[in-house]
Parts: sequence; C-alpha cells; structure tokens
Amino acid sequence: MARCRLAEHDAAPAISARGLVRTFADQRAVDGVDLEVPKGEIYGFLGPNGAGKSTVVRMLCTLLNPSEGVATVAGFDVVKQPERVRLHIGVALQEAALDEKQTGRELLHLQCRLYGLRPHEVEQRVADLAGLVDIGEALDRRIGTYSGGMKRRLDLAAALVHNPEVLFLDEPTTGLDPVSRATVWEEVRALNTELGMTIFLTTQYLEEADELAHRVGIIDHGRIVAEDTPEALKRSIGSDVIIVETDGDCSAVEAAVRSVPSVEQVTSHGSEVTIMVQDGAATISPIAVALHNAHLTVRNLTLRTPTLDDVFLELTGGRIEEAAR
Amino acid sequence: MTAAQAVTSGRNIRGREAGFFADLRSIAGRALRLVPRDWEALIPALVIPVFFFAVNIGQLQKVFESQTGINYKAFLLPLSIITTVSGVTRASALVTDIQGGYFDRLLLTPVRRITLLLGLMVADLLLVVALCIPVLALGFILGVRPETGVPGLFVFVGIAALWGLACTGFPYALALKTGNPAVVNSSFLLFFPFTFLTTALVPEQALTPWFRTIAKLNPVTYILAGLRSLLVVGWAWGDIAQALVAILVVGVVSIGLAFAALRGRVKKK
Repeated sequence: MARCRLAEHDAAPAISARGLVRTFADQRAVDGVDLEVPKGEIYGFLGPNGAGKSTVVRMLCTLLNPSEGVATVAGFDVVKQPERVRLHIGVALQEAALDEKQTGRELLHLQCRLYGLRPHEVEQRVADLAGLVDIGEALDRRIGTYSGGMKRRLDLAAALVHNPEVLFLDEPTTGLDPVSRATVWEEVRALNTELGMTIFLTTQYLEEADELAHRVGIIDHGRIVAEDTPEALKRSIGSDVIIVETDGDCSAVEAAVRSVPSVEQVTSHGSEVTIMVQDGAATISPIAVALHNAHLTVRNLTLRTPTLDDVFLELTGGRIEEAAR
Repeated sequence: MTAAQAVTSGRNIRGREAGFFADLRSIAGRALRLVPRDWEALIPALVIPVFFFAVNIGQLQKVFESQTGINYKAFLLPLSIITTVSGVTRASALVTDIQGGYFDRLLLTPVRRITLLLGLMVADLLLVVALCIPVLALGFILGVRPETGVPGLFVFVGIAALWGLACTGFPYALALKTGNPAVVNSSFLLFFPFTFLTTALVPEQALTPWFRTIAKLNPVTYILAGLRSLLVVGWAWGDIAQALVAILVVGVVSIGLAFAALRGRVKKK
C-alpha cells in the first residue's frame, strides 16, 4: 500500500491545480486557474501587477487557502496535507523576506534547524549555501547591510536548505540591477538543468519568462488567458510585428494599413499601432507606401519579431510592461 | 559555486519536522539573540522604574515611615519590579517580522505554529528574570533586606517573572491581530491603570474609599501584596497564593487572547 502511494507520488505532476479560485471580500483575485506543471519544468507565470500571480503562489505554498478548487504540489494536497507540501517546497517570496537584524549565517542556521536538519547537516548546508550566496565575509554581517542583490541570493539560499523538489520564485528579480538579474537567471537555469528541480517562476518581465521558462502561462484578471512554450505563443500571433508610432490619429493609421495584403491583424494602443504580418521584410514597404498615400505623419516605423508582450496585447488589449510600470 | 552545486553537494539532506521542543528552542533562541541588538527597547523598562523609585523615596519616605513604621524602600521595591517587567515583550519585533514578510517565511517552514508565539514568550520570561536582577541589586544597595532571605528572593523573582509573562499576552495579541507597530507601541498605556490604580504608593488603609474599591478589583494589588510580604512580613502564604491566583487570571485572559490572535493570523483566510 505504502509502495503504491509512493509510486503515485512519484508519478504525480510537480504542480497541479483545478478550478483554483480565491476571493477577497467580493473580488475574485484568482478566477478558476487550471495548472499542470510536470516534474523538471521551469514554468513561467507571467502577468501584470495585480493579475493574481502572487495569490496563486500563496495558495500553492499553503500560505492561503483556495476559496474553491483543488491543488497538489509535489503530490500532496495543499489544503489537506499542508505540512507535507511545506517539506517538499522551497519558496522565495516577492520581497526578500529576511530578518535584517540577523546575520546571513544566523538566518541560514535557523532555517536549517526549522527544517529539522541535524547539527552536522546544518554545518554542511550552511557551508554549501555560503558558497552559493557568494558574499564572502558578509555572511557574518547583519542582513540589513546587504545590497538588494545579496538579499535576493540569501533568500534563494534559504529556500534551498532542505533540497526542495519544487522551488517557487515570486518575482525573483524585481528591483535588481541587470548584473544581479543575470546572476539569478544563471542560478535558476543551473538548478533546473543540473538537478532537475521543478521551478515555478512568477514574473512581470517578458524577457525573464522568455529566457528561462520551458512553458509560460499568461494570467490576466485572475484567469490564465494563454499557456504554451514562449515560441509557440509568439508564433500564434504571426511571424513578424510592425509597429507604427504616430502623433496623429491611430484609427486612420489602422484604416490605411488594413488595405495592405498579408496584414493579418491590427491593434492600436496609445500612440502605437501594432500590425501582425507573416513576412515583415516583404510587407514593411507596402505599409510605408500606404501610410504615405494616406498623408499620415509617422514618427517611427519598426519591424521586429513578436514578443510575449505582443501576445499579451493580442489576448487582453493591454501591455504587461505598461502595467508593470 | 552555483546554486546547483550547493544543492548537489548535500543533495541527500532532506527536510523533516524538527519536533516541538526543537522548534521552541529555535524560536526562543533567535528572540534572545536579537535582544542585545534591540537594547534601546530595554532602556525605558529599566530607567522609568528606577526614576520613580528615586522620586517617590525622596518625596514620601519620611512621611510614610513616620506614619506606618514600615521601611518605604522595601514597600516600594515591588512597584519598581512590576513596572520593570510589565510590557517587556518581543511584540514590536513580531510586528516587524509580519510587516517585512519574515513571519511568512517562518510559516513556510514545517515549524509548529504554536511555537512561533510560545518561543517568544519563553524568551520574554528569561528576559524578565534578567531585568529583575539590577532592580533588586539597587534595592539591596539601598539597604532593603528581604524578611524571607535568599529563598524569598527566588520566590519574589518567580512571581515577578510570571506576572511579566502574563502581561506579554496583550501586546502579542495586538501585534498578531493588527500587524501595526503604532498600536503595539501604545499598548503600554494599558499597564498604567493596572499598575497605579492599586496600593502602589501607600497601604490599603491609607486609600480613599472609592480608590480602595478600585484597587481591590485590580489584580496587581494582590501581586504587590504578595511581593511585599516576602520583603517586609515573611512567609505570608495567603498573600503569595492570592498573588499567584491574580497572575493566573490575567494570564489566562491575555495569553488566551494572544493564541486566538495567532490562530487568526495563520488561518490562511
């Protein structure tokens, strides 16, 4: 029987959720989220501020009960077996949740002891993770003196003391400089590729999801509006994107470019008109001609490949990056 | 070293539940370790009682002793102890943990929830005992000698420590319920009526009738009586028992409120 349960646990996806709902007062912050993250995957959970990303993470991490729906993490039910879930997950929350009056070493020691590590294991893990934190002598300094990047790395180290099967990273690089961000990315990749650790990563940075995630779920207003590999999501809206920036009337630009053959879709947002086409190089000239013939003033005409932000725009009519600002 | 290498080198190490006492020791240990880093929070607990002790002795000793024949320093020392130990808590630090997200990090570990509060209370108890020592030393320097000798001193510190522990429940309840530092910092106001609507400065017979009625309803009156008996009377078991009952009543209410607030905080609502 026990062996059967173990086999079930091993075969279970790392994260599974069905119809996850969370309401605060009468507001549905999460509105029916379904998820299935297999073991060993980096899953990017992308969406603007307030979309419901952190609420989903808090439910999966047992900090918050779902109002409706069921979820399992590492094969354990988040409501019925929260203690078992906690033993199998590591979590770095949105703000590096650290006690600034402790030293880095004290914090790691305490974290190890709360996970029941024996004294010799504590020493080994702190020594291992001190190398990871890569802050040298600073490990014996109070955390309040650390830079933002050092705090994030210590936070990550604290999440790893017990070798979790599933690692939740809630916006791990928000507020970091580009160098620190790149370092965190490297660590995330290494944890996944070298150890096969499942990583559930929320982010509002498109580039981050694009760089790291095997699959991306896009969430808006508490619902997952798209889910696939980054490449497939971008392909789904066309091969190329032409952006027209204008000081004039966007609707006039839209009307002018719609007549150009091979234009698949046109949407406008602010002073920008986004045109989805199959072959950008072949279409940009006819578009320029169409705009000229319509006597429209164009500030900028750009050709590029689609980004996840274009996918989000296509699906929701808004841009993630604007919402993030 | 990369994160992956760090995990690889100790990859067989797995998390497990540490157990109640290990959790308690870890949480209390952290709280005690941080006390010297928050030393400024302890200054009022030591300075205010010593200040009032000196002022009251200077103003009232002559009149009091001529009227009652009781050593006023010994009579007043329990008030200083009560003022010292009431409101010594890590509640402000708890609010900082809640606001900064560290409390959530603790909740993400397998730690037993009850130890998150109980550990702080254990630390408070030890701190209160430590704070009694300088105040008692001051009394000794000024010539106070307990009628019950050294054993009486231990009982004296024990009663004071239990009272200090009973008091911690109120600020913890506010900290856990509100997560608001301003509310927690103002909780010391609660102890003013507790401390001074009593026989704090003069014996019961010297109080006006209305004040005597209030003082009789105040549990601190009985705690002061118990402590005073150890210093100026001897082993008055009735007074000591009444002091312990008063502590028990306040403790059940305040600690009950604190654990109810903890349940609310971790309920995942």
